[in-house]
Amino acid sequence: MTREEIGNGSEDMVIDECEPEGRERNSVPDEFNANYLKVYYGKLFPHADIFKWMSYGNDGKHPACDQSYFSRREFSYTLDNDIYLRYQSFNSASELENSIKEKCPFKIDIGPVYSVDPAKRHAYAQTGDNVFTPVERELVFDIDITDYDDVRYCCSGADVCLDCWPLMTVAIKVIDTSLRDDFGFNHILWVFSGRRGVHCWVCDGKARRLTNEQRASIAEYFRVYKGNENSLKMVSFTGLALHPFLARSYTEVLKDFFESKLLLSQKLFSAEERYEKILEMIPDESITSELRGKWQENKRSSISKEDTNVVRWQQLKHILQSGRLKAQGLRRCVEEIVFSFTYPRIDMEVSKHMNHLLKAPFCVHPKTGRVCVPIDPNCCEEFDPTAVPTLSKLLEEMNVGALRPDVDNAEWDRTSLGKSIRFFRSSFLQPLLKSCKEEIENSYNAKLQHSKNSMSW
Amino acid sequence: MEIYGYQRKALHSDAISTLPLYRSAPPLDVRLEDFELFAIDRLRVLKGISDGLSRGKKPEEIDNLAKDLWKANMRHPEASEVVNKDIISHFVLRLVYCRTEDLRKWFLSMETALFRYRFRLESAEAQRALMAEFDLPYKAVSNSEFESMKDNLGQVARSIGQPLTPADTKFYTVPFEEVPELVAGRRVFVHKGHAYVAMNQVVSLVATQFRSHLSKALILTNRKWTSSIREQEKDRLTPIVEALCTSYLGPDYSEPREFAEISIRDIDQIAMSSFPLCMRHLFEKLREDHHLKHGGRMQLGLFLKGVGLKLDDALAFWKAEFSQKVGAERFDKEYAYSIRHNYGREGKRTDYTPFSCQKIISSTPGVGDHHGCPYRHFSEENLRAALGKMRVNSRAVEDVMDKVRNRHYQLACTLTFEAVHGTSCDAGINHPNQYFSESQKVVQSKVSI
Repeated sequence: MTREEIGNGSEDMVIDECEPEGRERNSVPDEFNANYLKVYYGKLFPHADIFKWMSYGNDGKHPACDQSYFSRREFSYTLDNDIYLRYQSFNSASELENSIKEKCPFKIDIGPVYSVDPAKRHAYAQTGDNVFTPVERELVFDIDITDYDDVRYCCSGADVCLDCWPLMTVAIKVIDTSLRDDFGFNHILWVFSGRRGVHCWVCDGKARRLTNEQRASIAEYFRVYKGNENSLKMVSFTGLALHPFLARSYTEVLKDFFESKLLLSQKLFSAEERYEKILEMIPDESITSELRGKWQENKRSSISKEDTNVVRWQQLKHILQSGRLKAQGLRRCVEEIVFSFTYPRIDMEVSKHMNHLLKAPFCVHPKTGRVCVPIDPNCCEEFDPTAVPTLSKLLEEMNVGALRPDVDNAEWDRTSLGKSIRFFRSSFLQPLLKSCKEEIENSYNAKLQHSKNSMSW
Repeated sequence: MEIYGYQRKALHSDAISTLPLYRSAPPLDVRLEDFELFAIDRLRVLKGISDGLSRGKKPEEIDNLAKDLWKANMRHPEASEVVNKDIISHFVLRLVYCRTEDLRKWFLSMETALFRYRFRLESAEAQRALMAEFDLPYKAVSNSEFESMKDNLGQVARSIGQPLTPADTKFYTVPFEEVPELVAGRRVFVHKGHAYVAMNQVVSLVATQFRSHLSKALILTNRKWTSSIREQEKDRLTPIVEALCTSYLGPDYSEPREFAEISIRDIDQIAMSSFPLCMRHLFEKLREDHHLKHGGRMQLGLFLKGVGLKLDDALAFWKAEFSQKVGAERFDKEYAYSIRHNYGREGKRTDYTPFSCQKIISSTPGVGDHHGCPYRHFSEENLRAALGKMRVNSRAVEDVMDKVRNRHYQLACTLTFEAVHGTSCDAGINHPNQYFSESQKVVQSKVSI
């Protein structure tokens, strides 16, 4: 090969040592577009699993199965040109699959199960006896890292990195534990939102049947921030003790995370404007000026090998927790500071209303190309949002896989999506469906028993 | 519930407590008079609570307020009739307040607040009995379970500033979704889907049930009202029901209050300084014509009673005027009786209450009558002249006329008061005796300086 030939032959892919670095035959440019999406929906998106999930066991043959259940569920599509289609409903798995493949939506949202098929909603009234209204909907939560912008210095806005992502990890741990231990829920799915947050789907029958008021009460139970930009303190603990839920969250998750991770990754005390923010939360002039004095002089000479942030936090804690303080506002100041930085910040409106639409798992995020994959709450510290498979990567993997046809396995199993789908099935879907089956059978048997009893003399 | 003329059957109550749940209309006979009167008494209680709530009173203050209001208004001379009055008044008010969304919302809130207060006063046994009546899925926490939960329960109690005392060992578990308010406020320990509710929090549970039941009942009542009752009762109950929700409920001035009784010597001077226009007019006409027709006699006569004129003075006063026209004998024969009647000394012995603005405004003076509300019933010319005689400045007169044109008669009177006395009257005039007592306050304070 002469130089000229290489220069001119850029159209031809030649496999030999002279090939330009980094270009492999199977590589797919990192983008998000309709063509890629078409392949994704054609070969990778788990249509059947979504159908089985949304059916909650009603797609079976048991006489108590409600054949209309799946068709009363609302889906909505956001199409390529920002066209938004609401009240989509389907009567079967294949209808769902064909529709998605055909329309190729950039985003799929899942809404509630209504009293009637959404397609027929115009025949029904809004109030009165014959109504079109939500009757079931998962209890959902949406946590977005932009809500933490006032306490993270490494990124802002849509960016996320491994220094601030752990805030999401902490949120998952706190909320997941509470949903299981306090509220008794079992079938909980955590999903990466594709860019900068997480969603939670609580799918127990009891959760799906909660009213708006009951959903709001759970969201309020989880809420700790009561201030706004104008208040100095967003978190205020006035009682003689912390509620057991908050105390447990503090001792099991928040305290350690704050002291060993966040303090250092965000360098919370390293600069004056940063530590002033924390000093603002202490309602005692003498204490804040004492600390300020210590830190201002310390700026120049730092002989200690220990990290400044750790040292200053210790100093602050020492003063606030020393026995001589009895003042009301200071009793729980340390906890208040830790909570302000680390405690989960959920979007209240998403959780409170049955008719709120939420993005379906396994969608691809248009801005990042990443798939909304499930997160295992038991090892959520290991989840890395920057390593989540992207659409282009998956297509690449499929190309590679195409060279080694493995007829029996599904396409997705040969890609990094395989792991996510297997996890979705084994940890979430199968236990859920088993429980649904039992519920359907039990309620059927109970009804039979009841009618037998009422027929007796 | 049958509404009639006379007898009543007592309600046989099996409940331990005297707190009715108003589940269904009881089989009682009610006198038409009581139909309205009982409802008005209960309405005083509810409006008093509403007032307290809108002034931002705290829950303990509302409790005390409710207690005083109930004691003052819901008594009955016959002890056995107290429960009946409670039940009857509630059901009558259901008719009144079922008719629009706003009315229902108001009634629901006030009745629930009242229920909460009354429930709290019941004994623990009575409370448990009530909970059972509501079919609440609560379970008492056994001693052993309490022991194992004690630390957590104590911690929750301390977190809401209500530490447990050794007496507080009674807890109940309920599915958490039954107590959304308590969960939202983190006021209960929640474990595996169960909320651990303290005895004092049980009120919240029960109140929610009460409210939801009443809410459904009101919708049904509204349907029945619109579809049949309103038409059937158009000559009897419907007018009463429709008037009830706009009733005046302030002090009724049936007992003269803080200030000294007036005597007939002072009356002319006091009339000039402190009577509202309606009464000034009647008074002047009486002095002028030595006579007033029936409507005027009632309106002025009862007003004077409310102002503190004693029966003997009243008789002397009216006699002095009337005998100039009809002679002393005829006065004794034809008019004295009705004055005594007004003071409750004759016939039924009802102590009549002075008319409120609402009542006066809605009266219909005919030819030769001088009662009613001048702001409504006078021509513009006459009203301007009358205001001029009261020395209201021209700027204020314009303001008053503006109110009159928009039919805000009480506001017009309030503006007059303010112009005459040089002070503001924030509460607004809604009773002639109120005008009088407010006026006297201003006058007395000027005197004492």
